[in-house]
Amino acid sequence: MNALATDAPSGMNKRKQRPQPTRRTLELFLLVLALGVTALADYLVSSSVGASSNDTSWITHVVVLGALGLGVNISLRLWAKYADPFILPVVVALNGIGLAMIHRLDLASTSAAGSNAATSQLLYTGLGMVCAVVVMWIIRDHRVLRRFTYVWLAASVVLLVLPLVPGLGAGTINGANIWIRIGSFSLQPGEFAKITLALFFASYLGSKRDLILLAGRKIGPLQLPRARDLGPMLVAWAVALGVLVFQRDLGSAIMFFGLFMVMIYVATGRVSWIVIGLVLMAVGAAAAMMFMGHVQRRVNVWLNAFDPSVYEAKGGSLQIVQGLFAMANGGMVGTGLGGGQPYRIPVAKSDMIYASLGEELGLIGMLAVVCLFLILISRGIRAALGARDSFGKLLGTGLSFILALQFFVVTAGVLRVMPLTGLATPFLAAGGSALLANWILVSLLLLISHNARRPSTGGGTLSTTEQGIIDRKVEAKRAQEAGDAGPGAPARPLTGGENA
Amino acid sequence: MNQAIRRTWVAVVVLLAIIMGATTYVQFFAADAINNNALNASRKLDAANSSPRGSILVGGEAIAESVKNPEGSTYAYKRVYNDAKLYSGLTGYFSLDAGVTQLESSQNQTLMGSSDDQFFDRIANLFTGQDDQGANIELTIDAKIQQAAYDALPDDFKGTVVVLNPKTGEILAMVSKPSFDTNLLAVQSTAKAAANRAELSKNKNVRLYWNPAVQDRVSPGSTFKLLDLVAGFETGYFTLDGEYDNSEKWTPPGTSKPLGNFDGGNCAQQPNKASLRFIVAQSCNTPFGQAIQEIGQNKMKEVTERFGFNSKPDWLGLSPSAASVWPTETMSPGNLASAAIGQYDVQATVLQMAMVAAGIANDGVLMKPQLIKQVTGSDLQVLQDFKAEKYSTVTTADIANNITELMRGPVKSGTATRAAIPGLDIAAKTGTAQIGTGTGKVNAWITGFAPADDPEVAIAVNVENITYNQSHGLTSTIMKNVLKAVFNK
Repeated sequence: MNALATDAPSGMNKRKQRPQPTRRTLELFLLVLALGVTALADYLVSSSVGASSNDTSWITHVVVLGALGLGVNISLRLWAKYADPFILPVVVALNGIGLAMIHRLDLASTSAAGSNAATSQLLYTGLGMVCAVVVMWIIRDHRVLRRFTYVWLAASVVLLVLPLVPGLGAGTINGANIWIRIGSFSLQPGEFAKITLALFFASYLGSKRDLILLAGRKIGPLQLPRARDLGPMLVAWAVALGVLVFQRDLGSAIMFFGLFMVMIYVATGRVSWIVIGLVLMAVGAAAAMMFMGHVQRRVNVWLNAFDPSVYEAKGGSLQIVQGLFAMANGGMVGTGLGGGQPYRIPVAKSDMIYASLGEELGLIGMLAVVCLFLILISRGIRAALGARDSFGKLLGTGLSFILALQFFVVTAGVLRVMPLTGLATPFLAAGGSALLANWILVSLLLLISHNARRPSTGGGTLSTTEQGIIDRKVEAKRAQEAGDAGPGAPARPLTGGENA
Repeated sequence: MNQAIRRTWVAVVVLLAIIMGATTYVQFFAADAINNNALNASRKLDAANSSPRGSILVGGEAIAESVKNPEGSTYAYKRVYNDAKLYSGLTGYFSLDAGVTQLESSQNQTLMGSSDDQFFDRIANLFTGQDDQGANIELTIDAKIQQAAYDALPDDFKGTVVVLNPKTGEILAMVSKPSFDTNLLAVQSTAKAAANRAELSKNKNVRLYWNPAVQDRVSPGSTFKLLDLVAGFETGYFTLDGEYDNSEKWTPPGTSKPLGNFDGGNCAQQPNKASLRFIVAQSCNTPFGQAIQEIGQNKMKEVTERFGFNSKPDWLGLSPSAASVWPTETMSPGNLASAAIGQYDVQATVLQMAMVAAGIANDGVLMKPQLIKQVTGSDLQVLQDFKAEKYSTVTTADIANNITELMRGPVKSGTATRAAIPGLDIAAKTGTAQIGTGTGKVNAWITGFAPADDPEVAIAVNVENITYNQSHGLTSTIMKNVLKAVFNK
């Protein structure tokens, strides 16, 4: 932070000489490339699997995706013109590849019911992109979100408890109790809770980090925070994990817990938090193994996947083994879209879409997909690095890490690196809630990157003023606690936007 | 804070690197193993029956081919096996119930048109819109010899014949009885295939999942003496015109159990000293029991392993396959004496004994047995051609010629006279291995080659678990019938 503060003057000089490029045209160009990939993939699907039915829906898919992508590009020109130019095209490419695969599986499906997932995916993509634009339009500056610390906490709790509310919860689907049903729509509130939790952690830790770091007793080398500073964090953590135990959703539990650890680490810079977190996680995992039957089953299925009796058992390893068969069949270069049998994999469109893609795109294709995720997450973290306020840094890191962890947990499950858990592969998998939530997440990342890249306006921004107030409060508190009580330190202007 | 963010990024990179590594493992390093998993049959079958799969050919005639199903069937194509019983151990089958076996499994990529050699064809098909066409595989098998070997084997027992071209290693015939109709397992209905499998499994001698010629091992009996001879000539214990003690019974040191010559045989005619020619022709045991004490277990290990003992013939694409056994743990003199006559823990597949004959036949150079003669693409372009490969130098040409000379004896005047064909110079060695003690059952063997001075074929024949009376002259007659077909006699 100090480094950034000292960098600021030279950076400002440069900006004065040359206007910061907005890069929106580069984004448009990359967007066309992303649509090109989608068009090619979707056309291959229509012309191979859909040949007998003269399927032309690939045109609709590409036109809708293109129009919406262009819409987001224009919105960014209006409201966040310095936003990172790589994030949107990468997300559109992933979304498009996922759409093509879902379309391909639709065409292979013989049942009428299971053959319109692509249409609904396109609908949710559109809704997600519209939501992203609306969020951008309303918020403009991510720092306004900082003010609602306890609203985010309350929202997270409500979202996580919703599936357990009688009459609203959709009951147990695929072993997990994470859905709610409103009319004919079902929704996964957990997908949205991951955003509200990140918002809560970021705003709470952003404003309280000094207190957590400095106030409280020191025992040996360990600086223990005061209970009242940690209280709300523990509430959030306990509710998240407690509810997840009842909802039997291992994947989300790992994701929330990972988010919690990373954000507290980034806020405090102390590795001891990670160590404590991992120890707690190990204890939790051991307890889950011992006391929860469905966890034991999952682990058994994971370890003995190729045992014929486990393979044939109900709720056994059929899903993961068929996924591995598909990927192995794809091999290095894949069977090509329409050339494989991904329809043999249970839930090929959602949980197992990585395996479906693996069969037809091959190892080369999958490494490219992982690279897309690497670019997306790296740009998110780059935005966090560049953000001028600690809230933005924390939020940017938290949201990026959620994407990484969500992708990792579900894919590692498919690849049998760890037990399979039911999470949606971000942007690729069929599923409305996840798509909506992830597009909103992306719009927040875009806003943070806009804030990070835009030319500094010197002091006096909302950020600086607000941060100044907080800082003064902190200092007053410190002074008070040192027994050196004053009526309030005189307001002094802060240099640059950086604080803490 | 920024340093913690950078470290978080490193953690993200590690997570994604794990995914990349695991994907590479599944789709590249472990892909073959996963593809060949037994649980994976239906996926293979689906792929195999949705496009024209390559044929397996013998002499230009398809023994396994894909035939178009009528319009509206579940699968566009079905696999049809011609002369199925003759070739079941080679082609294997594609079955919804019993999985995928033998060449259908090991050559799947080639037959499907998805091997690396066909990569450019696939690219071309991508643009022309043609279906990928599988490649055709021509086997080294000679249909006439295969048929003769099948016919020569008795119907009532479990028996196997392997015929090699000793100069090239081409497998000219490899057939076992009792066989089965692979079409019964390849029916495109899981229930029917399962019912057929249950029915076929009732015959305990039928091998549905492996090829007996490369997987079933039994004691090689006196055919193993050929390996004693190689080792004995190399150490100088044996000479072509030497004479050796031929006592009726000989008791190895450290045991009270004597090794004896066969009661009903002709060895008793020369109960003291006998010439090596006589000993080999009449298959006397005691001289070899004594010889191996001098030759030593280690020398025998070295010689047998040159011929292929203790390693699997896994390059053939016939899976599973077993390694023939020369025991590696130290044997007592008594057990060593039993091992010398192909008993105790010595075990061999029929392919192994054919390799022994082939190595001696080809002046001490054993050619690697091979099953695939040629792979041709759908446009008849040759993707892979037969290339003879040396397996090992098993002994010197002189020693090979000496043993060839000795092997003429059994056919002319010894244990294999029934194999004789007028006008054909045949070298052979019989074997009769007792099964356990007091069962009265034996495994009958013969191995040899013809013409002795310039061999065109090397043969091994085994019929398992028969009485001595049933075994009498049986394998010699089978060899004779096969050779008649080979040389049109």
